[in-house]
Amino acid sequence: MRTIALIKRILLQILRDKRTLALLFIAPLLILTLMDLVFNGKTVNPVLGIENGKKQIIQSLKEADIVVKNYEGVSNTDEVMLKYDLDGLLEVKGEKATLTLLNDNPTVAKNLEMKVRQIFNKRAQLQLLDTNNIQRKQLQDAIIQTKYVYGSSDTELFDTFSPMLVGFFVFFFVFLISGIGLLNERTTGTLERLMATPIKRGEIVAAYLIGYGLLAFLQTIVIVLFAIYVLDIVLVGSIWNVILINVIVALVALSLGILLSSFANSEFQMVQFIPLVIVPQIFFSGIFSIEGMVDWLQVFAKFMPLYYAADALKGVMYKGLSLSDISQNLYILLAFAAVFIVCNLFALKKYRKL
Amino acid sequence: MNPSISIQNVSKSFGKKTILKDIHFDIQEGNIYGFIGPSGAGKTTLVKMIVGMEVPDQGAIYLLGEKMPNLPILQEIGYMAQSDALYNQLTGKENLTFFASLYKLNKGERLRRIEYAAELVNLTSDLNKKVSAYSGGMKRRLSLAIALIQNPKVLILDEPTVGIDPELRESIWNELLRLKNEDGKTIIVTTHVMDEAEKCDYISMIREGSLIATGTPEQLKKQYAADNLNDVFLAAGRM
Ligand SMILES: Nc1ncnc2c1ncn2[C@@H]1O[C@H](COP(=O)(O)OP(=O)(O)OP(=O)(O)O)[C@@H](O)[C@H]1O
Ligand SMILES: [Mg+2]
Repeated sequence: MRTIALIKRILLQILRDKRTLALLFIAPLLILTLMDLVFNGKTVNPVLGIENGKKQIIQSLKEADIVVKNYEGVSNTDEVMLKYDLDGLLEVKGEKATLTLLNDNPTVAKNLEMKVRQIFNKRAQLQLLDTNNIQRKQLQDAIIQTKYVYGSSDTELFDTFSPMLVGFFVFFFVFLISGIGLLNERTTGTLERLMATPIKRGEIVAAYLIGYGLLAFLQTIVIVLFAIYVLDIVLVGSIWNVILINVIVALVALSLGILLSSFANSEFQMVQFIPLVIVPQIFFSGIFSIEGMVDWLQVFAKFMPLYYAADALKGVMYKGLSLSDISQNLYILLAFAAVFIVCNLFALKKYRKL
Repeated sequence: MNPSISIQNVSKSFGKKTILKDIHFDIQEGNIYGFIGPSGAGKTTLVKMIVGMEVPDQGAIYLLGEKMPNLPILQEIGYMAQSDALYNQLTGKENLTFFASLYKLNKGERLRRIEYAAELVNLTSDLNKKVSAYSGGMKRRLSLAIALIQNPKVLILDEPTVGIDPELRESIWNELLRLKNEDGKTIIVTTHVMDEAEKCDYISMIREGSLIATGTPEQLKKQYAADNLNDVFLAAGRM
């Protein structure tokens, strides 16, 4: 009964606070959309200058989405590249060729180098096999054939880490808003005032978890639906599993936010937890390869809730895993939440001994 | 008559600083007690221990026969803190309703109590305004209304009339006297206003954490050979 009164009051307070509502529901959608636009932007075709290029080579290069420009009698390579804004310059001498790369953007340079190499390798192989046209055609197709375990050749970078982004936004906004919620209750003195009423510590923690939990639940659904139906993020597995994972993520964020708020004395101090608690978790949530990290850092990753959340979300959304495949991640997340909730009960002891 | 509140050899320190030293006295049911003493003497600390928000380092406090802190007994204590603790985004009515629903009251009672408390502090016409739009005195009055909301047997009011105009102050005091006389409520008030102390049945004077005198206003005046409580206060300070 008292818990219900408290939940009602928490929800009422948030409904009155339009900015917080906007932060909770609109900000994540805005950022997700922005990231979608940034990462899914059209790739610009590299510009390659070529000297003494044979027709066949130029043809192959053009087929590989390279803009080819012809130059004759290049004396100063660097100068020509800068003058005509080329990403690379290919100087062919007989069967040998030199490729100079601008390399102002390593991704573009690597990509260009790879394509040029492939074309030259293919030519070399074709010349070795002096065969008739039909066999030649078959061979051309057979040299490199690519298959994908997850996704397809249409997979974009954003697809691989968007599942983790969904979890991250749920975590971040719920953490911040629930933390500040309880913090306000402390700084305005109302938490202390509540201790002069017969309310129990457990009832306060429960009300905060349920009240903000309801909001987090709504937020999760909005973010997930938006990501899947508007932004068209890949979803191979079940949407219900995605929602389940995110609700558990929200619970962890909620209990952690409330807990850390008792170590902050102002909203600004609450914000100071972001670089300490939130940012490190991004590094361990699957954008960067964890296997490539130093051993002790890999151990460190195991203490990050978002590491498990990202693993589970990527599993369901990108790899199409079922609930039983990710259940271990969920249990660990629930354990995190349980630990934080118990700590919360102790943190409130500062105010009420009973 | 049974003591409503019994404070037994209570001491309290924050860190190394001793705030209250061996306070010992009883508060009888159906009386108004005034706690007076200079700023920083420890009045608020003592009041918070009676409510059970602080725990004594030594000694014990019993309220209506129960050792404090005690959750169920809080149903019988109406507490008004020295600094207002209100939900600013909510209206006065929503604040009252929220606090009322933390106590055991049925719905009809709750509505009647909200109406009564708002009427008493003259806030009825402002109940639907947000607290953030209240003046300082209005907030103080709302805090007082919240303290009365569950019709408690014991009222503990920490400087209830600060920032309230003389007319309303008069009517609040008349209501406190009525609550004492008609409903037999036990009331503790801390105050720096000697006119208000004069209206109390008993006065407890606290200085630097010690209880230096308790008695009716007349007894204290006699004890310090003073004409009024102001002089009692000053005389006690010189000793
Ligand atoms: N939480 C606390 N931590 C440390 N010291 C405290 C704490 N609360 C009160 N004090 C100290 O205890 C002493 C008594 O404070 P208290 O608030 O009880 O005084 P008071 O008699 O109510 O004063 P006033 O008339 O100004 O309200 C003060 O010196 C104060 O600094
Ligand atoms: Mg005080």
